[in-house]
Amino acid sequence: MKTICLRLLLQTAILTAVFSEAGHAQERAAASGGLQAKLEYCKTCHGLQGQGYMGYFPMPRLAGQQPDYIEAQLRAFIERRRTNPIMFNVAHVLSPSMLTALAMHFKKLDPKPFGGAPRGSLSEGKTIFQEGLPEANVPACSACHGMEGKGQNEIPRLAGQLYAYTVGQLMGWKKERGQGSAVDTSAIMAPTAHNLTRSQLEAVAAYVSYLQ
Amino acid sequence: MKRIGLRIAILAIVASAVPSWAGGTDSAGVRNCTWCHGASGQGYMVAPRLAGQRPQYIEGQLRSLREHTRDNPFSKQYMWGAVAALGPNAARDLANYFATIAPKAANDGDSDLATRGRTIYMEGIPEANIVSCYACHGPDAEGVRDIPRLGGLAYFYLKSRLEQWGQGYHSGAGSPMPMVASHLGPNEIEALASYLSFVK
Repeated sequence: MKTICLRLLLQTAILTAVFSEAGHAQERAAASGGLQAKLEYCKTCHGLQGQGYMGYFPMPRLAGQQPDYIEAQLRAFIERRRTNPIMFNVAHVLSPSMLTALAMHFKKLDPKPFGGAPRGSLSEGKTIFQEGLPEANVPACSACHGMEGKGQNEIPRLAGQLYAYTVGQLMGWKKERGQGSAVDTSAIMAPTAHNLTRSQLEAVAAYVSYLQ
Repeated sequence: MKRIGLRIAILAIVASAVPSWAGGTDSAGVRNCTWCHGASGQGYMVAPRLAGQRPQYIEGQLRSLREHTRDNPFSKQYMWGAVAALGPNAARDLANYFATIAPKAANDGDSDLATRGRTIYMEGIPEANIVSCYACHGPDAEGVRDIPRLGGLAYFYLKSRLEQWGQGYHSGAGSPMPMVASHLGPNEIEALASYLSFVK
């Protein structure tokens, strides 16, 4: 028994030596400054079709997102008005023209929603989305984000957005958005995010996550 | 009932993969793993540590190995045969078993490269389109759901996996890792593998 094990280990050791020689094929890294390479970089985390991805953190859907919104957010990361350690590093190396080109690209993508949100309170979510909660000072989401949740200009698309992402943003709005002394449009959402209870924001996040 | 099912599954693995090892005890399935993966699943030589690994990841990899999606040379040579008769229930039981064992860090990387490795892990290299590992694997490389824990795995294992993705080998369907790794050069791989080997 012991000799079999030893032989196995020896074999693996030899194989190991052989295969590590074959490594080192890829050194494309530093050379890639073009748009295609940068898009691939974005899609590594945000999904091959920009549909979003669940890593340790939820990576939001970018597909079909309003280009003005994407640009505004990338600038907010760079200027640290929006706090996000990963996206600051990502965004601060992007030139203004790259920023625009990336935003325009994602606008054209239209994959199916990522899915996976709980379905228990979709009808409550729909009501909040379409009518708001007047007694709690929550306006209808659709008033700004559109009946289909597609957004406009600097107002983001919500349709198909990852449930976990939307919940996280609404829960932590004031800690992540509108940081520093400069005024930005994120202030518009602050009272609404604050006035939604946990179960209400979960309901509305679930509802929009299934919108096509 | 479950126990009988497990025993049958284990016996099935033992009987098909390595007949001479069939001891017939309840832990035979586990022993088949620890034979190569080390006592308590802490990893041994080229066989990666299983202790403390995310159960969903282990389960997914066992499926990939069974379906021959995970196709690097050692997987092909050893694991394809080892899991050939491993049913989904037995795979889940093994995954849950190893996930509960406290992992020990291998600490076998080059400590001079660890700082550089940590920077790449946390920030990536945006200028070179190298993504941050932290975004998916978490602040302490602990993994989540089917995303594996990387902290404390052996330097050699981490290094060869990162190399293999760049060479076109696969792990599971839909993994972003081939794309991630294709941007890493040998220096970045050595730095990352060194750093991660020390993470508790």
